[in-house]
Amino acid sequence: MLLMLVRRALSGLAVVVGVVTLMFFLLRLAPGDPARLLVGPAATPEQVEAQRRALGLDRPAPEQYAAWLGRFVQGDWGTSIATGRPVRAMLAAAWPATIRLVGLSLLLSYALGIALGALQATRGGRLDTALSVLSVALFAMPGYWLGLMLVMLFTYRLGVLPAFGAAGFDADYLTGWDVVADRLRHLALPLATLTLVGVGGTARYVRGAMLDVAGSPFVAIARAKGLSPARVALRHVLRNALIPVLTLLGLSLPALFSGAVFIEAIFAWPGVGRVLVEGVVARDYPVVMAATAVSAVLVVLGNLLAEALVSWADPRVRDGGGSAMPGAGT
Amino acid sequence: MGGWGRLWRDPRAVFGLAVLGLSVLAALLAPYLAGDPIVQRDIVATRFLPPLSSDLHGSFHLLGTDRFGRDVWARLVYGARVSLGVGVLAVSVSVLIGVLVGAVAGFWRGWPGVVLLGLTDFALALPRVVLLLLLASLWQPSAGLVIVVLGLTGWMTIARLVHGEVRALSVRPYVESAIGLGAPELRVLLRHIIPNALTPVIVAAALGLGNAIMLEAGLSFLGLGVQPPTPSWGNLIASGRDTLVNAPWVAAAPGVALVLVVVGATLLGDAVRDRLDPALAGRG
Repeated sequence: MLLMLVRRALSGLAVVVGVVTLMFFLLRLAPGDPARLLVGPAATPEQVEAQRRALGLDRPAPEQYAAWLGRFVQGDWGTSIATGRPVRAMLAAAWPATIRLVGLSLLLSYALGIALGALQATRGGRLDTALSVLSVALFAMPGYWLGLMLVMLFTYRLGVLPAFGAAGFDADYLTGWDVVADRLRHLALPLATLTLVGVGGTARYVRGAMLDVAGSPFVAIARAKGLSPARVALRHVLRNALIPVLTLLGLSLPALFSGAVFIEAIFAWPGVGRVLVEGVVARDYPVVMAATAVSAVLVVLGNLLAEALVSWADPRVRDGGGSAMPGAGT
Repeated sequence: MGGWGRLWRDPRAVFGLAVLGLSVLAALLAPYLAGDPIVQRDIVATRFLPPLSSDLHGSFHLLGTDRFGRDVWARLVYGARVSLGVGVLAVSVSVLIGVLVGAVAGFWRGWPGVVLLGLTDFALALPRVVLLLLLASLWQPSAGLVIVVLGLTGWMTIARLVHGEVRALSVRPYVESAIGLGAPELRVLLRHIIPNALTPVIVAAALGLGNAIMLEAGLSFLGLGVQPPTPSWGNLIASGRDTLVNAPWVAAAPGVALVLVVVGATLLGDAVRDRLDPALAGRG
């Protein structure tokens, strides 16, 4: 088990390094010169050249890469070309907001999706059909559009929920429970959007997985033993159906994170996604590189977590994976 | 391919084919179905007309008009050309790369297979939207770029599927006998293996189509995809964002169209997969 996790962690690290390297060279390949953006359109060629030298852009790409990687690993992530602020401070301020949004929505969408999918698989009939239509519609709905529709309804029509940011303009003057209420009100729409978009996929998957498991011989035996249908559904079918769902959780993390990029852009949510989008638009190399690295790390960590959960839930994986040490997982 | 007729009795397949067929038809026949999507005349009198209303000139606006007095239905239909076209082409690129990589990796299982599978796993772990954002913003945004970028970031699931299929097929007796009879490997792969490995690709392509259309819209929504005034469903939603209060239909209409098409593609994919499943299971 431990050996497997170490191996997975190493391959995760390889992915992060790969992503970062790819991004670095793509950025250098692309047209557009941050030095020129920085000095403005009226600058003389000499000024542009001086700025390029100051940013280290005049050296060969592999050398720039080595220098950048060395500094990055040591924690020096540079300063933003566009804002002049240290990149690390920008991301340190941003990632908790993303984790809060993505983490909560992950919990909620899996809880709701598993409940819906289980209901569909056990009840069947009309209810199943109706919920199937609902879940495929949610699955097909782009988050940014659903977000806009929710804003139209709850912000413009009903006027009950704020549409922008993580806290109100008057947040600094609030005290006690008002702070919490303000935060929750701002969280409501982005969280609802991201969650609803995720529920559809999860419900579809859980329904399919449960129907697959329900056809296995051991379920027929459980029924034949005279166990109540509810007990069979919960203890035997759902439990086994959840193993592939846990794997899906790991695989869906990049998608969820991607979705969060759009949602953050719509709701002006101050997270990593928004930093990334703004950095990309402003061609802010250091910010884009760091935001890419952070999002790759978050995705890889999520995948590791999901794999750890799978091996905890499924003894076959647990023992199979750590084959060098039988019984090491116990 | 007997039994495909049964697909017609699956309501999901019928719905999916109908929605996709109608959208493609609307996109192809756009000039006959709607007026000019870009022309603006007499902005003050024709802007923000609600759906099902006529303007002073007597033109009827099925879905109303936007803030420049442009007909939303016309923009939707012309936008379908861009959105569906980009989606289909992007998926074609993905299928081409995916089949190539998967087939080579499944057939020549030595170092080419190991290298290609490693590449696939690595590409699968890349954050797709981050890559899309970056590529789309670094080069001049355009429909062509979106196709290339979506195609280059969407082939991995197809490669995995084809790899599995080809691997299973390449040890079948008929393949071994073809090789034993002296048929060149490439010919065996192209003539005998790949055609039989393509069925699951259809399902993946249908699901990928919905995904590609959604991502194109997302990129265009952020201003990094198809550029206005060329209408695409994504930039239509984006333009409706600013007039959400005055004219919610501008953003609502393209979104509904998008959801319908993606639902159609997804249901069609589901139906085809269920249709194929017994065959897959029976192969052992």
